[in-house]
Formats: sequence, structure tokens, C-alpha cells
Amino acid sequence: MNVGELLKAIDGKLLIPDADLSRQVKGGCGADLMSDVLASIQQPDGVLVTGLCNPQVVRTAAMADMAAIVLVRGKKPPAETIDLAANEGLPLISTPFGMFDICGKLYQTGMLSLEKPVSEDDYACNE
Amino acid sequence: MEPKPSPNPKVSDKVAEAITPAEELSYELRIEEVMSPNAQCVSPDMTMGDVLEVFRQHRISGSPVLSPDGKLVGVLSIEDLIRALRASDLDADVQKYMTVDVIAVNGKDPVIEALKKFVNKSVGRLPVVDNDGKVIGILTKGDITRGLLKALQRDYQAEEIRRYRARHLFEDIVSDRTGLILRYNIHARDFTHGGAASSNIKRALLRLGASPAIARRVGIAVYEAEINLIIHTTNGGVIRVDIEPHQISIDAIDDGPGIKDVGQALKPGFSTASEEIREIGFGAGMGLVNISRCVDEMKLESVWGKGTRLRMKIFLKQDEELGEGYPANRENS
Repeated sequence: MNVGELLKAIDGKLLIPDADLSRQVKGGCGADLMSDVLASIQQPDGVLVTGLCNPQVVRTAAMADMAAIVLVRGKKPPAETIDLAANEGLPLISTPFGMFDICGKLYQTGMLSLEKPVSEDDYACNE
Repeated sequence: MEPKPSPNPKVSDKVAEAITPAEELSYELRIEEVMSPNAQCVSPDMTMGDVLEVFRQHRISGSPVLSPDGKLVGVLSIEDLIRALRASDLDADVQKYMTVDVIAVNGKDPVIEALKKFVNKSVGRLPVVDNDGKVIGILTKGDITRGLLKALQRDYQAEEIRRYRARHLFEDIVSDRTGLILRYNIHARDFTHGGAASSNIKRALLRLGASPAIARRVGIAVYEAEINLIIHTTNGGVIRVDIEPHQISIDAIDDGPGIKDVGQALKPGFSTASEEIREIGFGAGMGLVNISRCVDEMKLESVWGKGTRLRMKIFLKQDEELGEGYPANRENS
């Protein structure tokens, strides 16, 4: 699926003026805790589905080499978030649906999860 | 007869999206940059026989016709010459065969203006004039192609040189151990700029030739460390990245308040962050855990009341080395 198809699949609205709609989206991740995103994402080119809309969402997505960000429940992000997304060339998308809906819709299109199952052992630190 | 430079052509957003780099250049380049200067000119009272000789000598297939006072009065092409030849009329004057309805272009105009004329008027060459109508050169489609290719190559080279320079930084500077040190001041509570340092570090690494996977690991580790400085410190702190071909060492240093129980701080899920910080998506007690996953070595030292120092190291395998690596290492191994 590419970003253009993603927009269609979730009735999304692109919030930045210009984006590469042909960029491939290879999986998904849904979270409101940015550390969880950074912890579970091992592969690039995913879509981050989140209910948060501060600039850190964009930073997190950029740091994890994500292909797009979907803000659920029709949230209107502050200008700093939109500007940062535009600067990073990251498609920032708003959808009226909730987190559960969007994850379900994307899962139905055959999109895979990029979230790695985390076992308790994985949490152990190097001591 | 004396075209003035056109005002800059307006390009709508929609058109701009579809413009290729070559087309973009044809809006940027001026005609005088791509034309052949010092055009070979002929005068109206020369015979067609003389013109044949001029064309042959200079290997050209057309030329502007200038009056004795230097004014552009016509254009003569090889087709006109052929007409004269077929009529065995080589003794006739140039003015009998030249095209008087001259289409000229202004040297200050963008190349796109000339392209439009070539498309609409089916001419082979266009005299180029200055603001006073004086001929300063001649332009063919070949001149435009060559000019565009040259300009494209120039743009491409500039970017190549930038990347090349960054990649060869370590090779060009000779020392027993070369490192590039980047320092960033992180301000406490500055959530708006949180992550800016990490982005810059990630970009620098990519430019230095790091693989996307290495840049991502460093980016995530520095990002978490940066957020920690923003959330927990009294006066902010400093992130220092020492980039060497074989390893990347990152230190996040602050002067307080320090961590009471380092062992507890390292436990997944342990956090002292406020509700406000949790609301922006952080403070879940996973930062240090994430960092330890991304780096090869992590050391957290802290003295309550004094400050904290988090040291992180990522070792690069030989095929991941930055720049050209250490040439000496390659030879020895």
C-alpha cells in the first residue's frame, strides 16, 4: 500500500501541503506512548497511528523512519506539528475515525503489524 | 524587433508539481548563458555567393543580417541559400532572399521563452539581442540542449561533492585517531525543540555514510536521552557525540538533580515523570530500556544532588565503518 491508497482506505485528509503519495507503507503501529513506538519498531516505512498530536509525534516517526502518521478522532494538531511534518517530508494525515477503527480497517486491507511482541525478558537491561 | 525581457513567468502550484528538473532549469537559465555568442553576421548587400562562402567557412547554416549601422534587419538560412542556388541566382543580394520578419529573443529572458518560440514558429535559429536591439549572439535548439545538460551536470556535481567530502572526511584528515565531535545544548522543559538535536545527529551520520539502520539506532538512543534531559534536569544538559569511523560514542551530561536509585531507574516501567509529561507521550519508564536496546554499551552514572552522566556506545562492524574507515586498518586486516 502507498500513502495515496492509505489516505483512501481511512478517509484521511492530508494536513501538509505536499507529500510523496507514492511512498510505500510496509506496516503499521498504533500507540500513544512514544517510547512504546520507539521500543517496538524495528523496521522502517511503517504508519504510526496515534491520538497524540504534539510535535514529538513527528520527531518519533522521523526517528523511526516511518512513512506516514495518522492522527485519529479528527484531531487538529498545532501548527508546530504540521510545520515539522512538512519540514521532514512526513505525510501527516487526519481521520475522523478512532484508533480501534483505523487499526481494524488497515488490518483488513492486509497491512501487517510492525509492533514486535515484547516478552518480559526483552525488558531486561544489560546489568 | 527589440524584445524587452518578459516579466518572470508565473508558475501555478499545479504546474510546478509536474515540472521536471530540466524544465525547471529552462526557467532559471537565461538565454545569454546558453547561446553561441559572437554570431557570424552577414550584411544585406552581400551577394548570395559570398554568403555561401561564409557559411562554408564557418560551418554554419544560418545567420542574422545586420545593416551597416548594426541593426538587425533579417535572417538568412541555408534554405534561402538553396533557393538561390536552384535559381542560379548567386549574384543576387542577400536582401532579396532573407527573411525580414525576424523573430528575435532577448538575452535576459529565460530559456523557456526561446523554447516556446521554437515550438510555435518552426524556425531553426533565433538571433539574440540585448535591450537596445543589438545582436549579441545566436541560439539553436542544440545550444539549448547543451546548455541544459551542462547545468544539470553542474547541479548534480555540487551535491555529489558535498556527499563525497563528508564521506572522505576521515580519510582526508590524517591523525592517529580522528573523531568528529558534535555538541548540543538541551534546555530543560523545552518540549517544542525536543528531538531537534537527535534529528541533526541522524542527518550528520547519514551524510557521513552511515547505514540507515545505524542512523536509526543512534537517532532513537539520542532522542530518548534528549527527552530525559528535557524532562528531568534542573538546568538542561549537553549531548556530546563523538563520531569515529569504527564507533559512535554519545554522552548525555547534566548537573542535576541526579538519580536517587540508579538500579531502580533502569527498571522497565519505572518513572518519576509527572502526569503532564505522560500526556505528551513520554514518561512511561521505557526510555533507558529503549536506549540500552539500541546501543552496544550503556553506562549510567549519577550522584544525587550533583548530576547524571549517561554514556552510550555503538560499535560499527568493518563493513559499516563511516567514511572510508581507516585505510590503515583495511590494509592490516
